[in-house]
Amino acid sequence: MATEILMPALSPTMEEGTLAKWLVKEGDSVKAGDILAEIETDKATMEFEAVDEGTVGRILVAEGSEGVKVNTPIAVLLEEGESAEDIDTASSAPAPEPEPQPAKAPAEAKAPTAPASSSGQVPPTAEPDWPEGTEMQKMTVREALNAAMAEEMRRDETVFIMGEEVAEYQGAYKITQNLLDEFGAKRVIDTPITEHGFAGIGVGASWGGLRPIVEFMTWNFAMQAIDQIINSAAKTLYMSGGQMGSPIVFRGPNGAAARVAAQHSQDYAAWYAQVPGLRVVQPYSAACAKGLLKTAIRDPNPVVFLENEILYGKSFEVPRLDDFTIPFGKAKIWREGTDVTIVSFGIGMTYALEAAEQLAGDGISAEVVDLRTLRPMDTDTVIRSVMKTNRCVTVEEGWPVASIGNHISAVLMQRAFDYLDAPVINCTGKDVPMPYAANLEKLALTSTEEVMDAVRQVTYR
Amino acid sequence: MAPRKSAAKPNVSAEDLKQYYRDMLLIRRFEEKAGQLYGMGLIGGFCHLYIGQEAVVVGLEAAAEEGDRRITTYRDHGHMLACGMDPNGVMAELTGRAGGYSKGKGGSMHMFSTEKRFYGGHGIVGANVPLGAGLAFADKYLGNDRVTFTYFGDGAANQGQVYETFNMAALWQLPVIFVIENNQYAMGTSQKRSTSTPDIYTRGEAFGIPGEAVDGMDVLAVKAAGEKAVAHCRAGKGPYILEIKTYRYRGHSMSDPAKYRTREEVQKMREEKDAIEHVRELLIAGGHASEDDLKAIDKEIKDVVNKAAEFAKESPEPAVEELWTDIIAETAPQEIQA
Repeated sequence: MATEILMPALSPTMEEGTLAKWLVKEGDSVKAGDILAEIETDKATMEFEAVDEGTVGRILVAEGSEGVKVNTPIAVLLEEGESAEDIDTASSAPAPEPEPQPAKAPAEAKAPTAPASSSGQVPPTAEPDWPEGTEMQKMTVREALNAAMAEEMRRDETVFIMGEEVAEYQGAYKITQNLLDEFGAKRVIDTPITEHGFAGIGVGASWGGLRPIVEFMTWNFAMQAIDQIINSAAKTLYMSGGQMGSPIVFRGPNGAAARVAAQHSQDYAAWYAQVPGLRVVQPYSAACAKGLLKTAIRDPNPVVFLENEILYGKSFEVPRLDDFTIPFGKAKIWREGTDVTIVSFGIGMTYALEAAEQLAGDGISAEVVDLRTLRPMDTDTVIRSVMKTNRCVTVEEGWPVASIGNHISAVLMQRAFDYLDAPVINCTGKDVPMPYAANLEKLALTSTEEVMDAVRQVTYR
Repeated sequence: MAPRKSAAKPNVSAEDLKQYYRDMLLIRRFEEKAGQLYGMGLIGGFCHLYIGQEAVVVGLEAAAEEGDRRITTYRDHGHMLACGMDPNGVMAELTGRAGGYSKGKGGSMHMFSTEKRFYGGHGIVGANVPLGAGLAFADKYLGNDRVTFTYFGDGAANQGQVYETFNMAALWQLPVIFVIENNQYAMGTSQKRSTSTPDIYTRGEAFGIPGEAVDGMDVLAVKAAGEKAVAHCRAGKGPYILEIKTYRYRGHSMSDPAKYRTREEVQKMREEKDAIEHVRELLIAGGHASEDDLKAIDKEIKDVVNKAAEFAKESPEPAVEELWTDIIAETAPQEIQA
C-alpha cells in the first residue's frame, strides 16, 4: 500500500519547520537511508532520510514551504508494483488519526501528592532507641563507627570498605583501625587518591551484588565524586523502573574541623538532603553513630553518612546490645522542654544542648530535637514539639541559603502556622568561605551564644 | 561491492554468519524505525542512533558467554538488542510507555536488564567507565570468572575518570574489557580536533594495560579481537583495551544536522565499508545463502521491528502513581551473584 511520508520532528522542541529542499523527485526510487529532503527545524537544517524503500509517487508539499506542521503528509511513497493512480485511493481513505503526543500530559494528569507527606494531625510519639534498663558502656564516636563496620562485616561477607588510607595506615582518622587485621586486604582496600574513580567503582560493585562502604577522607573531596553519588547511585533505581538499586554507604567526616580553612571546612547536609533516592544521615552521639551506620550498611539504598571530626573523640553512653540498630527517619528528643524547640543535628547539637543547659538557669525551658537523619526527615517530631512550645530555633554549621533550617521553617509554616508565636530563627554558619585566622573562624561558625540569643528573641525575653 | 577480506579468519559457521547478519540488521531496522517514530513525535528528548556501528556489539556479543556483563553510554539501543533484550520493551521505553524496560521512566538513555546483565544506559560521558570496572570488581570479589564489557566512545576517552579507572583496574587486575567505540566524532568534534594522539588503544600502556585497534566495520574481526580480550580477562590477567574503529551514519542525536563532515564522507563509508553489506557479500559469495534466503531474513526482521513499533504505540503511558515509585527501595535488591 502507498505510504505517506510525514513531516518529521527533528529536534526535541520542533513543532513546525520549513521544507527547504527536495533531493528526490516524483518517480525516483529510494531505499532506506537515502536522503529525501532538507528540512529547517527551530535549530538547524537537517537531512531527512527514507525509512522504507519504494518509489516517490507524489510530492505533496513543495520545497520552500514554511511553517509545515509536524506529521503533515509531505510525500507519498509507492511500493513495488504500485502506480501513481493508487495514490488517490490511498489519500481518499480516511485520514489517519493524529498520533497521540505523549509529551503533552492530559489536563487531568495532575501530579499525585507524595505518599509520604503527612496530614496535619498530631503524629504519634517516638519509641525510645533501646529498652529501659539496658546495660550501657562509654564509647567514643570513633569506636562506635568502627564497631558498627566490624559487626556488619562479620555478619555479611559482601560488605567491604574502600578508600584512601583505610587499610595499612589504619584510617586517616582511625575509624577503620584494626579492620585490615581482622578482615584482610580483600575486604579492606586502600585506594589511590581518585575519589571520582573509586566512588564509581563502588557504585558498580553495589550493582554487582556487593555492599560497599566507600570512605571519603573528608566529604570535601567527595565533590570530585558527586556525579557518581547523585547521577549513578541515587537515580538508578528510578531510571531502571525499580530493577536495580545501589546498596552503598558513602561516609567520612563532614563540616568544619579546626583551622583547616575554606576548602576543607564545609557542611554538605543541605546539598545531599535535597536529592531524592539518597538516604542522608548526620549523627551526633556515639550510640546514634553506631545504630545508624549499621542500618545504613543494611539499607538497599545509597546512604550519605556525614560524620564530624571534632565529634570523633567525644564519649557517649552506648547500649551494650548484640545487634543495635536505629531506623532512619526517627528524630531523638535529647531534652524535654516547654518554652522553645531547638532543632539541630550533628555537631550543631553541641551548641543546642549547651544553650538549653544555660537557658535553664535563666528559667527558659528548651526542648532539643536531634534530627539524626536528614532524608527521610522526621518533621513529625519537630511539629509535635512546636505544637507544645510554639517557638522554634534551628541550629546547623552549614551556610544559611537554602539550609536545613530554611526547610524546617517552611514545613512549620505549612503545617504548624497557627501554633507559632514567633518567627522561626535559623542559626547557621555565616555566608562566607571558611577563614583560616582563629578569630575569624570562630565568627564564621555558629555558637552557643547565638543560639541563646535566638531563643531569647523568639521567647521575647 | 567486492567482498572485503576479514582482518582475521576465525572459524565461523554459515549459521553463525547468518545470525550476525540477522542481529546487525535488527539493530539497523530498529534504529531506522526509532528515527521515524521520533519524527512523528512519539519519541522525545535525546535519541542517539547506532546506525553504522552494528558490527561492534554484534561481534563482541559473539565473543561473550552466559553471565558476562555489559554497560554502555547513551547510544545504547544496539547493545540492548545485541544482548537479547526484547525489542518491544526497548521501543516502548523510547516512547515512554509502561511496557518499556524502565516503565517509561528512563527513556532512550536509561534502560537496564539485570536478567540480560545489561547495566545501562548512562547519560554522563565517561561515568559508566568506573561503573563497569565496579561490576568487574564484584565478579573478582565473588570469585567467578565473568568479564564485563565496558563500552564508551572516543569522546569519553578524554575524560579524567577513565584514567583513574584504568589505574585501579590494572592495579587490582579487574576482569574488564574497555571497549572504545571510536566513531571519529565526539558529537561534532572530530578526533583530530579533540585528541592529542590518534591511537587511543595505546593509552593503556602507561598503566600496563594491553590494547589493540580493530576494524569495527568487520564483524569477524571484532569477534576475533573480542575472543582474545575475553580470554585475557578470564585468565585473570586483568583489563584489556579494544579500540574499535567504527562510524556512525546519522548525526550525534536526532537534532544534529552533522555539518562537521561532508555528505561524501558519510556516503563513502556507507558504500565501501558497510558492515551489514560485508556479511551479506560473504554469505552470497560463500554460497551460504541465496538472495531469497536473505530476503526472507529481511522480512522476518521487518516484522519484528514493526511489531515493536506497534507495541510501543499501543502500550499505555505509565500510571500517574508511578511518579512516586522506585525512588527508595524498601527491600533488599535482588541478589544477582553469579
